[in-house]
Amino acid sequence: MKVITTTGVTKVYNPDKIPVQALSGVDLRIEQGEFTAIVGPSGSGKTTLLNIIGGLDRPTSGDVDIGGEDIDAMSDNKLIDFRKNHIGFVFQAYNLIPVLTARENVEFVMLLQNRPKKERRERAEELLRAVGLEDKMDKRPAELSGGQQQRVAIARALAPKPNFILADEPTANLDSVSTANLLDIMARLNREEDITFVFSTHDQRVIDRARRVITLVDGKVASDEVRGGGGKM
Amino acid sequence: MLFRLAWRNIWRNKRRTLITMASILFAVLFATFMESMQKGAWDHMISSVVNYYFGFAQVHQKGYWEEQSIDKAFPLADSLMQLEARNARIQKVIPRIESFALASTGNNTSGVLAIGIDPLAENSMTNLGGRLSKGKYLERGEAAALLAEGVAKHLGVGLGDTIVLISQGYHGVNAAGKYPVKGLVNFGSPELNKQMVYLPLEEAQHFYGAPGMVTSIALKIGSQDDIRPVVRSLYQALDTSVYEVMDWQEMLPDLVQAKSLDSAGNIIVYFILYLIIAFGIFGTILMMTKEREYEFGVLISIGMHRWQLGVAVWMEVVMLGLVGALAGILASLPFVWWFNIHPLRFTGDYASALENWGFEPIFPTLLSLRIFIQQALLVFILTAVLAAYPIYKIGKLKLVQAMRG
Repeated sequence: MKVITTTGVTKVYNPDKIPVQALSGVDLRIEQGEFTAIVGPSGSGKTTLLNIIGGLDRPTSGDVDIGGEDIDAMSDNKLIDFRKNHIGFVFQAYNLIPVLTARENVEFVMLLQNRPKKERRERAEELLRAVGLEDKMDKRPAELSGGQQQRVAIARALAPKPNFILADEPTANLDSVSTANLLDIMARLNREEDITFVFSTHDQRVIDRARRVITLVDGKVASDEVRGGGGKM
Repeated sequence: MLFRLAWRNIWRNKRRTLITMASILFAVLFATFMESMQKGAWDHMISSVVNYYFGFAQVHQKGYWEEQSIDKAFPLADSLMQLEARNARIQKVIPRIESFALASTGNNTSGVLAIGIDPLAENSMTNLGGRLSKGKYLERGEAAALLAEGVAKHLGVGLGDTIVLISQGYHGVNAAGKYPVKGLVNFGSPELNKQMVYLPLEEAQHFYGAPGMVTSIALKIGSQDDIRPVVRSLYQALDTSVYEVMDWQEMLPDLVQAKSLDSAGNIIVYFILYLIIAFGIFGTILMMTKEREYEFGVLISIGMHRWQLGVAVWMEVVMLGLVGALAGILASLPFVWWFNIHPLRFTGDYASALENWGFEPIFPTLLSLRIFIQQALLVFILTAVLAAYPIYKIGKLKLVQAMRG
């Protein structure tokens, strides 16, 4: 099933002052269950593309279609609901809510979905166990290491049962052991739960594990390499 | 969870929260204490002035207050004397007949206010007997006079001497009488000291040629809060084409004006105080909003609606204000209570000046729940309005810019 399609996506920042062309006519199709890395030098438009795919930013021109829905046409509120129910985000700086525990952070998105308390609690514990944090559930982010925080962020991203997860430089602040652990977890979730992963990354360790590598240069797709038949890990 | 999130966020930066709360606490403490002191002092002063003579309310014949003439005297019906028994808020009914008269002895004369009183009833409100400096207090039915010291001095009379009173009585009859001086009373106010002459009610009615009549009925009412209900009930119970019922505010407009003027001055002080507090709270809100733009961006990006985030942040700010206000109230309670029981007592010239006017030179605070609630409400409204700022910023937040830090 086709998950994400971008057609002629262009993004220009400051169009009225000093225009900066971040993306120029990006055409992409990412299928269900792919494990894809978007790579490229700094300023190539990786994060901008990820933001536009995730509905955090709107393109200057072009279309973004996710599962048959044109997200450009959605109102702000509808887009928030769409993100809440279909997209999981993992950020470079983890971005957990500092005043909530690991379990509460994972539960939070489900609370926004109005899921019953019991279900929230059970799924949060199940996900934290899946990322190996069963003994850290009641710790706040400040009491966790960077790798542990990023694992909580993955559990949080998975909590609403999204169709795909967008991860912006998820390993940038992690050591090699944490990075390997994290990639193992994501590969397993991709394989077992058919979740689509799209990363923006500079990290060779992530690039090496990806089944598809899209290279952006100056806001354009410079190459699109499919490895080992593409698709799942 | 939104409440939990808001509550925990308050304690995220403990030092800043405590500083903000402390500033609110001191503002509420100061404002509550100041208002309690101001209202308490005025209540005490009004109570002194009103109980000194006027009473919290009076009943007259319609039009009396405008003319204040003996011709506006009216029969003291039993029903009027029974007001006390019919309305629990009225503690005492004090009948009087009064007019101006000429007092003389030998070659000395003096213009005086000759008032007929029920000695017991009068004493229960004005404590006239307590002002005796010489001689004895009046008794019902006797033919004797009680003179203010200033009058006695001017006429050159003492206890046992006789004075002659001459006046125009009811509907123009000649009023003349001869009374032995039974006692002297001292008033702090020089104005009262040089003109007050008291006679027992029956004797004064006889003097003015108005048997069974009075010019006013003063009412002793326990609490200022009871004045309005009493006046309202009297308007219903009495024939308003015959009687007028006036409360102290109608009878003493100058006092009301002075109180209003003082309160208006205080409003400026409160305004400045709360302006300073508002800027303090707004500074905290501004910093908090700026610091957490990134986090707001993240929360919206993971699916929190802007209004939900707005509500959470609004609760956070309002809780901060409320906790500060409640702490302020709790902190001010012992102060207000202490100065209510042990009022500030003035000494020196200021105290003498107050005493001269018949006021006790004390400033007690008013222990009133309304003042505390009013201050808490004010802080609540202030913080609730200021908390609109982060809601506005959240509404306008551009996710990508916010998350770029």
